[in-house]
Amino acid sequence: MSTTSIALTEVPASRPFPLHLHEWVTTVDHKRLGILYILLGVIFLAAGGIEATIMRVQLVRPHNDVVSPEAFNRMFTMHGTTMIFFVAMPLVFGFANYLVPLMIGARDMAFPRLNAFSFWMTALGGVFLYFSFLGGDGLYGAGSAPDVGWFAYAPLTAKTFSVGHSTDFWTLSLLSSDIGSIGTAINIIATILCLRCPGMMLGKMPLLVWLNLVMAGLVILAVGPLSAAQIMLLIDRYLGAHFFDTQAGGSAVIWMHFFWIFGHPEVYVLILPAFAFASEIIPVFSRKAMFGYSVMVLATIAIGFIGMSVWAHHMFTVGMSAGASTFFVLSTMAIAVPTGIKIFNWMATMWGGKIRFDAPMIFCVAFLFQFLVAGLTGVTLAVAPLDWQLGNSYYVVAHFHYVIVGGILFTIFAAIYYWLPKVTGKTYSERLARAHFWLFFIGFHLTFDFMHIPGLLGMPRRIYTYEPGRGWDTWNLIATVGVAFQAAGILFFAGNLVWSYLKGKPAGNDPWDAWTLEWSTSSPPPIYNYATIPVVRSRRPLWDLKHPEDPDWRYE
Amino acid sequence: MSPTSILSPASTPADSIFGLSRFVLLNVAAIFGIVFTLLVYVVVRFRSRGIVDRSEPAQIYGSTQVELAWTVIPVLIVLALFLASARVIASIQDPPRPHGSLEVIVIGHQYWWEYRYPSLNIVTANELHVPVSDTAQPMPTFLTLLSADTDHSFWVPRLAGKTDLIPNHPNKTWIDPHESGIFLGQCAQYCGTQHAKMLLRIYVQPRDEFERWVREQQQGGQAAGSRGRRVFESMACINCHTISNTPASGKFGPDLTHIMSRDTIAAGAALNTRQQLRLWIKNPDAIKPGSKMPAMGLTDQEVDAVATYLETLR
Repeated sequence: MSTTSIALTEVPASRPFPLHLHEWVTTVDHKRLGILYILLGVIFLAAGGIEATIMRVQLVRPHNDVVSPEAFNRMFTMHGTTMIFFVAMPLVFGFANYLVPLMIGARDMAFPRLNAFSFWMTALGGVFLYFSFLGGDGLYGAGSAPDVGWFAYAPLTAKTFSVGHSTDFWTLSLLSSDIGSIGTAINIIATILCLRCPGMMLGKMPLLVWLNLVMAGLVILAVGPLSAAQIMLLIDRYLGAHFFDTQAGGSAVIWMHFFWIFGHPEVYVLILPAFAFASEIIPVFSRKAMFGYSVMVLATIAIGFIGMSVWAHHMFTVGMSAGASTFFVLSTMAIAVPTGIKIFNWMATMWGGKIRFDAPMIFCVAFLFQFLVAGLTGVTLAVAPLDWQLGNSYYVVAHFHYVIVGGILFTIFAAIYYWLPKVTGKTYSERLARAHFWLFFIGFHLTFDFMHIPGLLGMPRRIYTYEPGRGWDTWNLIATVGVAFQAAGILFFAGNLVWSYLKGKPAGNDPWDAWTLEWSTSSPPPIYNYATIPVVRSRRPLWDLKHPEDPDWRYE
Repeated sequence: MSPTSILSPASTPADSIFGLSRFVLLNVAAIFGIVFTLLVYVVVRFRSRGIVDRSEPAQIYGSTQVELAWTVIPVLIVLALFLASARVIASIQDPPRPHGSLEVIVIGHQYWWEYRYPSLNIVTANELHVPVSDTAQPMPTFLTLLSADTDHSFWVPRLAGKTDLIPNHPNKTWIDPHESGIFLGQCAQYCGTQHAKMLLRIYVQPRDEFERWVREQQQGGQAAGSRGRRVFESMACINCHTISNTPASGKFGPDLTHIMSRDTIAAGAALNTRQQLRLWIKNPDAIKPGSKMPAMGLTDQEVDAVATYLETLR
């Protein structure tokens, strides 16, 4: 194993394509797997985006007739499942894979082959999901994708209500990707705990590493229940069990608990890496050390713990006791405190700095504004009585897209622009990046700002059409127009990647004058990352190197 | 003004939620205003001016006092919001039950609503009739929510927040509309193909009008013999629909004993006119594709006859 991997680094770049392909398929290098994860996410982002566009076109006016109700229901099921499991998770894991070993001065992840296995299990999950278009109905009739919604409430998934195999493809898809997620989470934790370079105590790790550590812990706690529920559902459907089969005395509510004890921590699984990107990018572009590092770490751990005890706020309308509702109001609101602390600390980091507005930073600044709104609408939804009105309405749809797009996707774009020069060794076009930003920013706000309003006016989610005369028409029209801007923004993003590939200039090792270890090695880094394992004395080893007269370790 | 806006409540639960929402909004808007202003200030004030100056700004690593301040203040705000929420949760979930309040059992079906008034011996569908409940003479309606198949959710935004209808899991909610009129809503939990056209219409009537409606509904079916009735009873129609005092006693579809007393058909998806009724009998998918009502393959004459028969069911 070790001899072949050393040999591969010396192979010249102009090789026949099959060799290239073989090398990527069999790779166990954390950087290549990271890139594969990110590519997987970007490809499925296009698929999920097309599904969203179909839904928005159907909803552009009342009683529209672009797709059938069956097709629409498949679109929102596929959109949700795709975006969470095959866009957000792979992107998050891709960055963790690529960056964590580099940032802690390691040569690879702790378990390189588990890493490859996990990636391919996730990819297999995506294949299962999309194969359902062909194989969903089994032997009879044309194929179809699942149409049970991404949280697949029982008993809609029972054989009675979901004939054919579309639900089974959904289940297998999630089971497969769950195995990948847990494998990678174990790997991230083992890597961080065991492979840090000399001098990097837990308290000296970059915040990105801390946040990914907590993220991986949450994955292990949260994904298990989801897999358990999938297995129970499979047993229900094929072996005649009745866990969720309400017609035989099963419980629909148990499924909800299983799903949301996964589903809510999952939100933090996705948002913690977003915080991680912001926590690396904002200090570098403000030219200041992170304000309140230890408070940021504590707030992250607090979010991890509290995040495990808020799931039933997705279930305020299922008829919980007043006591239970009250508890989940408190736990959910409590999350706002550590989250608020984070926003304040980023702001304090920028305070007194010299802020440079390159593409990574403008995406991060937009993230701060948008995440502020997303957090505050989250507080309104934590108030159970308001949730009785707004839950399952378009207000909720707007809220969580504010989190996932306005929060997570914006920071992922920031991260891609920030680390692209490291990953490929080439620069990107700042002008194209700005066009991408402004188009996507305008589109995002057109779509999701105005989407809150039909929710307040009583529009439930997951309806393929709606009645005129309810005051929803204009807002839906604006939301659909926003999609065009978002799509244009994405085109500029894709164009920028192509531009960088064809015309990008050599980026150099440290284009941003940054402070974490990955910027000390070459761009792209060699397969072994560091010729000699670095030794660090502070949270910003490169700052110490660049400012020997005023090193960080004097103050930490 | 939207007929389904949560901002124009007409019943106590919706009204106390609206009151709470104004308090929450006040807090949230204040926080937004302050933090937004600070963020704008930081971004404008501390932007890098020119590329000439490459010196680094002063490095500040943190401040315990400042961190404490922005921890304690949010904790206090959260506590205030929590206490306000807890009060409203208790008041809505454990309401007083005045003597003489109306009891209705709501049963969700794919994709329509069944209403049973156990004390009045009435079974009807899709259009719920309840009396006005004014402060002088409170007469709230208590709803028991059941499901015959998948999950549904009962949501009439101007009257109350939503409550789910879950099989094997009976739920309760209540309304006490202060004004008469028609209140709209729809199913708010995805329940299958035609979730979108599972619409709710609540007819809130003055006391005397409501009592007249009750008397009419309590009369048995007065189906006369007709060609349409023979077609209806010779087809599978009777497997799903009930018309009292006739052999039709199915339970899967809406009770049609008094179908002509309703303004809409197909759970609010179409007006109850002869034309729509004919279309609905002939080809349900034309109005509500994916609904559980099958097209029976009737000839135009048979459809006419059945429609004429249904029009006698008042």
